[in-house]
Amino acid sequence: MTAILQTRDLWKAFGGLIVTKNVNLSLAPGARHALIGPNGAGKTTLINQLTGVLSPSSGSVWLDGVDITRIPPNERVYRGLSRTFQINTLFPRLTPLEAVTNAICVRERTRLNILKRRFFRVSRCSTLIDEAYALLEQLNLAQDCLVETHTLAYGKQRLLEMALALAAKPKVLLLDEPAAGVPEGESDELFEVLNTLPKEISILLIEHDMNLVFNFANRITVLVNGEELVTGTPTEIADDPRVREVYLGKDH
Amino acid sequence: MHSFLGILFDGLAYGALLFVISVGLSITLGLMGFNNLAHGVFAMAGGYLLVTLMSKAGIGFLPALPIVFCVVALGSLVLERTLYRPLYKSTPLNQVLLTVGIIFIATAGANYIWGSGQQPVVIPGWLSGQYAVLGLDLSRYRLFLMAIVAVITFALVFGLERTRFGAKIRASVDNQRTAEAMGIRVERVFQLTFALGSGLAGLGGALGVDVLGLDPNFAIKYLVYFLLVVVVGGPGSVFGTLLAALLLGVADIAGKYYVPQLGAFIIYAAMIILLLLFPHGLLGRRKAK
Amino acid sequence: MSDNLAKVSRHLSFLRARERWKPAEIVFWLALVGVYFAFPTSLVFASQILITGLFALSLDMILGYAGIVTLGHAAFFGIGAYAAGLMAAHGWHEPLSGLLVAGLVAGIAGYLSSFLLSRGGDLTRLMITLGIGLLLFEVANSATKYTGGVDGLQGVEIGKLFGVFGFDLYGKTAYVYVLIIAFLLFAFTRSMMHSPYGLALRSIRENQTRALAIGIPISACLTNIYTIAAAIAGIAGALLTQTTQFVGIDVLSFQRSADLLIMLIIGGTATLYGGFVGAAVFLLAQDRLSNLNPQYWQFFLGILLIVMTLYLRSGMLGGLSRLADLFRHWRNKERS
Repeated sequence: MTAILQTRDLWKAFGGLIVTKNVNLSLAPGARHALIGPNGAGKTTLINQLTGVLSPSSGSVWLDGVDITRIPPNERVYRGLSRTFQINTLFPRLTPLEAVTNAICVRERTRLNILKRRFFRVSRCSTLIDEAYALLEQLNLAQDCLVETHTLAYGKQRLLEMALALAAKPKVLLLDEPAAGVPEGESDELFEVLNTLPKEISILLIEHDMNLVFNFANRITVLVNGEELVTGTPTEIADDPRVREVYLGKDH
Repeated sequence: MHSFLGILFDGLAYGALLFVISVGLSITLGLMGFNNLAHGVFAMAGGYLLVTLMSKAGIGFLPALPIVFCVVALGSLVLERTLYRPLYKSTPLNQVLLTVGIIFIATAGANYIWGSGQQPVVIPGWLSGQYAVLGLDLSRYRLFLMAIVAVITFALVFGLERTRFGAKIRASVDNQRTAEAMGIRVERVFQLTFALGSGLAGLGGALGVDVLGLDPNFAIKYLVYFLLVVVVGGPGSVFGTLLAALLLGVADIAGKYYVPQLGAFIIYAAMIILLLLFPHGLLGRRKAK
Repeated sequence: MSDNLAKVSRHLSFLRARERWKPAEIVFWLALVGVYFAFPTSLVFASQILITGLFALSLDMILGYAGIVTLGHAAFFGIGAYAAGLMAAHGWHEPLSGLLVAGLVAGIAGYLSSFLLSRGGDLTRLMITLGIGLLLFEVANSATKYTGGVDGLQGVEIGKLFGVFGFDLYGKTAYVYVLIIAFLLFAFTRSMMHSPYGLALRSIRENQTRALAIGIPISACLTNIYTIAAAIAGIAGALLTQTTQFVGIDVLSFQRSADLLIMLIIGGTATLYGGFVGAAVFLLAQDRLSNLNPQYWQFFLGILLIVMTLYLRSGMLGGLSRLADLFRHWRNKERS
């Protein structure tokens, strides 16, 4: 089974500091793959290289059999790679409906003729708006879709964060700590959303919430100091003494 | 003064003056990211204060200089507390608008109080005239300027590199959040640095009355130069500012002498090219937020 | 299910309501037509306000919608002004084609300079725009043979519109001409800003990182809007040349860029009308106060800027809309 997302010998250094060391990550189609590791292990840096925000010092990134290392970030989105951010990176003064519609219009831009794209009102793209609304409904944001994003509660913003990534109908979804800042009790809603994500989407999840990780992932990679320590099934990882020592602590 | 060395000397003196005025802007920009377009107002205030002290209060040139420094420094703190502080977290546009408003008020005020003409300044006798050095007639005043700037530069660099306060400044410029986490009171550091920088600007403005001229349009006229020096040199870097100021000084004087028909064209073209090559300044530090 | 359908159409109708031409807008444009009849002796001044408003609209496109802060927008105004002026001074007197050429030249200039803006942070960009504006001013200042330098370009003769309507001394033809062009360009801009393209621009302004992450090609979009805005600014400049039959070097000045910025802020950004409102308020106030005493004017501007940045963030139109919101809120409370 060929991997849908792959890095080959990925290296990244900032001056003398090596943040990504020879990473060969492989994401299988339909995967629920988690990336864990202590703080500063270089997980977000890795995501940034996958999305093209950062260029690797050497090595390559492959999406669906195509080398995308030189391809700019917005291009990668068209090819089916989408991400969420650890810190809410939203459009403060746009409403959720506008934000998601925007993402969908961007996705569909080659299918919209120039008049529709440039001069006709957004509301004429009613099918796209309906799709945006449906997506927001799925994520329980429908009732808040007409207020400006910055007025939404943190948890709702976190869900909108996901909605924006899903609007692109990605093949691969990179989730950067979706539960960050969400209090223990409220992470259930998030977990439900994660569980109901379409099976066709391959997901790479960075998380610190071990509950979420072990309930969600069928494959886990542990990243330490920019280097891959071990990759395996949840049970293998949980039992691995090296992982315990480095990350889970000696008491587990 | 027709030789290249003479022009170089003039350019360096001019650049030295620009440095003294602009270094405060560079540090505060690098430290707080606050776009203070009104920095020239402090220089202008220094100039007018010097002229007033000398003509109205009869204070001599040299004794007046430290007074100017202190008064402008204190005055800047008042401004900082009342007008600047509310906008630290605001958009660059708002900061630009606020400081442009301050420039307008200062310009109108100066016009009202001192009139629209150039202010004359009487340089003490021992500083006027020229020294003959290596076959060149070098203006004594410009030599004095360069000497003062050299002392100030040395003091700044020494202060930044060797004192604890300097270390706090550098830490805060590099990474504000971490500095705060380490117990450095960034706000206090900033206030003192701001006062210091503004005081230096006032001093520079006072020193520059003879070289740069002084009229109510000073702050607007030289705004571009100060910003240019800071942005090209790299906000937050003392050496970058020094380098850029000297380069700019020489380029401007040389340009005006050799190709007067192009006027300030050269400076602006040079600035654009330099900014394209070094978007973060010649020696700029990327601020880690 | 029908409940869902009802909800969806509510959202569509919410969007549609925002995009439709509101009564206030129609009143606005009709009032401008009315000015022709109500103030026949001030039409020259009125044309100036309209031209400046159009110029401010072009700035709104890049500042209010795309979020680029620039202090050199007068560069494109000036390029358009000189392009139209030079054409007329060298024998081509037809006004509409002059406008077209001016817009084209300014647009090309905008396109080329947009590439200089893609690097560096906000301050670097600000400096580059400032530098370009100042540079062009110096060029115009020195190239006296072509531009007339400080004395301005003379000999600008504009022919009759459609061969029929000559430009009279009272500015009647000029006013109608400017009004029609301004309205057409306004409608063009309005439809763009309400389209998916406009939505993408606003998202770039709101959060560039996220805009990139959902697939928007940021540099291409910014280059695009910058070019269009430059072209419109150029047309505004050409309008000034054609209606005054003169090109002064101040069309390229920093003062013009700075004043424009202030006007747009007064009126409020990203509302499409903010430019016109701001231009009207600014120019009318300047007319009154500057004549009293030019220093008072500058002082007043300074105070205004400080007050606005500290207390009134969204300009006059923003303030008005907030008042309208408050009023609506009060009405709703009264009802319940």
